[in-house]
Amino acid sequence: MSLTSRAASALLSHLRMGLSRAVLALSALFFLSAILSAGSAHAEKTLRVVMHSDVKILDPIWTTAYIVRNHGYMVYDTLFAIDANGEVKPQMVDKYDVSADQLTHTFTLREGLLWHDGQPVTAEDCIASIKRWGAKDATGQKLMSFVASMEATGPSSFVIKVKQPTGLVLVGLGKPSSNVPFMMPKRVAETDPNTQISDFTGSGPFVFKRDEWKPGDKAVYVKFDKYKPRSEPASGLAGGKVVKVDRVEWRAISDHQQAINALLAGELDFIEQPPHDLLPLLKADSNITLIDVNTMGNQYVLRPNWTAKPFDDARIRQAMIYAFNQEDFLKAVIGDPEYYKVCKSYYPCGSTNYSTKGMDGLLESNFKKAQDLLKEAGYDGTPIVLMHSTDLQVLTNLAPVAKSLMEKAGFKVDMQSMDWQTLVARRAKKDPPSAGGWHAFITNWIAADIGNPIFQAFMNSACDKALFGWPCDAEMEKLRNDYALETDPAKQKAIAELAQARAAQVVTHIPLGQWFQPSAMRKNIAGVLPAPAPVFWNVEIK
Amino acid sequence: MFAYILRRLAATIPVMLVVAVLVFLMLRLTPADPAAIIAGDNANAEQVAEIRKRLGLDQPIMTQFAIWVTKLAQGDLGESFFFKKQVVELIADRLEPTVSLAVLTIIIAAMIAIPLGVIAAYKQGSWLDRIVMGFSVLGFSVPVFVIGYLLIYVFAIQLNWFPVQGYQRLSQGFGGWLQRLILPAFTLSVIYVALIARMTRTSVLEVMNEDYIRTARAKGQTEMKVLVRHALANAAVPIVTVVGLGIALLIGGVVVTESVYTIPGLGRLTVDAVLARDYPTIQAVILLFSLVYVVINLAVDLTYTIFDPRIRY
Repeated sequence: MSLTSRAASALLSHLRMGLSRAVLALSALFFLSAILSAGSAHAEKTLRVVMHSDVKILDPIWTTAYIVRNHGYMVYDTLFAIDANGEVKPQMVDKYDVSADQLTHTFTLREGLLWHDGQPVTAEDCIASIKRWGAKDATGQKLMSFVASMEATGPSSFVIKVKQPTGLVLVGLGKPSSNVPFMMPKRVAETDPNTQISDFTGSGPFVFKRDEWKPGDKAVYVKFDKYKPRSEPASGLAGGKVVKVDRVEWRAISDHQQAINALLAGELDFIEQPPHDLLPLLKADSNITLIDVNTMGNQYVLRPNWTAKPFDDARIRQAMIYAFNQEDFLKAVIGDPEYYKVCKSYYPCGSTNYSTKGMDGLLESNFKKAQDLLKEAGYDGTPIVLMHSTDLQVLTNLAPVAKSLMEKAGFKVDMQSMDWQTLVARRAKKDPPSAGGWHAFITNWIAADIGNPIFQAFMNSACDKALFGWPCDAEMEKLRNDYALETDPAKQKAIAELAQARAAQVVTHIPLGQWFQPSAMRKNIAGVLPAPAPVFWNVEIK
Repeated sequence: MFAYILRRLAATIPVMLVVAVLVFLMLRLTPADPAAIIAGDNANAEQVAEIRKRLGLDQPIMTQFAIWVTKLAQGDLGESFFFKKQVVELIADRLEPTVSLAVLTIIIAAMIAIPLGVIAAYKQGSWLDRIVMGFSVLGFSVPVFVIGYLLIYVFAIQLNWFPVQGYQRLSQGFGGWLQRLILPAFTLSVIYVALIARMTRTSVLEVMNEDYIRTARAKGQTEMKVLVRHALANAAVPIVTVVGLGIALLIGGVVVTESVYTIPGLGRLTVDAVLARDYPTIQAVILLFSLVYVVINLAVDLTYTIFDPRIRY
């Protein structure tokens, strides 16, 4: 054996011994840590959850982001809430009365409601909270425009007087999605609506553990022992909010595949939004259950920019609604018909205001009609700047479908790819599309946000005061106002139908179909409630 | 030497200034708007404008830069747009996972790569040499995330030896800390094993024919002593350089590895901050990374004096 061989052998032998020792030592450590962690797992019931996003902001009035709304439902309570049937029910409120002339609304809070710091919830707290929400939220602003006064009539009762009868009082205070009118202590609610709150005291069923909040890692909520649930069974966002776990941890796992791996391995209990293309992995595992929490689902929409030529001409916008069909969009993203539904309505199929009024002949890929409209409007081949979001799986495949259908109709389309955050910034610009502006983009709304003409932010047609896209239509604004003032549900629906017909006629936006997002959880998790927002009361670990 | 260190440290100031200007300008030139992201989907133009004003983003870029640099000079890295926490607090919170991952990775890489490189040099041209060099090419070629997913599939999902994801603080127990870091560290170390093994092989090959090696053997020293005390010690300078560069390059590696393994370190903080256009956090993290890079280079230069007494500063 040569010298070099001997040296190599000696080194290899050393290595082998070293590795063996290392493996032994590591094995011992793993066993030890496994025993220790197993011991602590039984100490308290912790629900380990991955939400659709990390919680970065903690003020549900300051931002409309859904993840912050979800955080709000953990920490705060609401005066009213909608149940599983979409009906507004009292939540913090015990008694509610409206005067015969429908101008005076009287509220009495339930007894025993406490803030997380042990102080009682008062009427003053609620008035301050409504004011802050009313200054920030679009529905709140509309409601406040009808309000003459808000006054506390006792420690736990208050009165809202309105200038004219409106159905918006309960609809607004029971608004299920962003911005939700969450109740906060007066000292917190008096924070400028444009400044984030820094005190996270709520009166909801969970207490936010600020000291354990690690942005980008996890947010922790513990059961509020002094919370007094309603006596009714939990239903949607309403009813008794009975907490059956000690602690809920929202883990920030941005990689979908890893979140699913962790769920399969038992390191997680619940994933709010697993991507559709990975659902077969979950279905194949007997320890996993898929549940559709948001039973009304979501709706894809295309938003045209009314201020950008040639989309300032209604006929050009109409050409799109004739050229499109929902099935193509839904197949391209969701794929599995189990999770999508063609729904030719501006309101979700299955919702109170669902209707097909004004939708005849639309969304059927009638290219001939679309071409005729373009010709009639004198479309000169100006490229349509279609913003294409590439980093959100639920949106990525939509713009190419739109481009294809629009080109078949005779449009010239300039599809520009970008990440969602760039799109968010760009859609706020009114510059000409050739100078950094835009003509159209596709996004998604959850059903709870589009249930009526007031909630539907894209139906707002108040020109410069409307959302990006800035539709400008006095008739639509009149219909929205009529809806807000109407108190009879049947008449409200009739107005909603007229608003839909108008939206389709002037093309404020185009509904591209309804789809459903199942959540995934391990089989030992029970009691997850179907609701417009994911909530964790009533959930138990078996 | 002290004067040399002072000179080198002084030289970092203009470097950091250039980095600061570049980072600041690049962020402002990207199209996204943090205010629009913060405001959410339902926010109207007025709400976005109000937030922009609150964040000071409505001011001219030069004014924003002046404010930032002035605060920076006072040691104030600012407040995160999103988390409403001081950036220094965010960074301090994320430091431990990243340092843990980086240190463990380098230890694993050095422990595996240096012996492999030495053996490959000794057995030059043999099957062992070819395997080591083949592995090196593979290590360079396969992306970190692919290695990560493969290791997770085999060792976490199939064999159930390690957790799929997550991090446990050292203060919560060494066992759990190590158990959660082993897979990420192995994942990240693959490329450095390849890099260091190749460099070690080349460096050892260069010194093996030197006179002092022959002299050492002639004195009757064991091959192990010849190998470690004479060959490896004299080949150390380029190896240390590569290890040092490796630590600096780890900065890029941890971004991917921390994302794959859900480790709440500086890498994930960077990704989250970039996606959210959280300017103060991005600026601070990149400045920190630059500073680390400069300091590591200085440390590497200083270690030369340990391995080669002929080098003096």
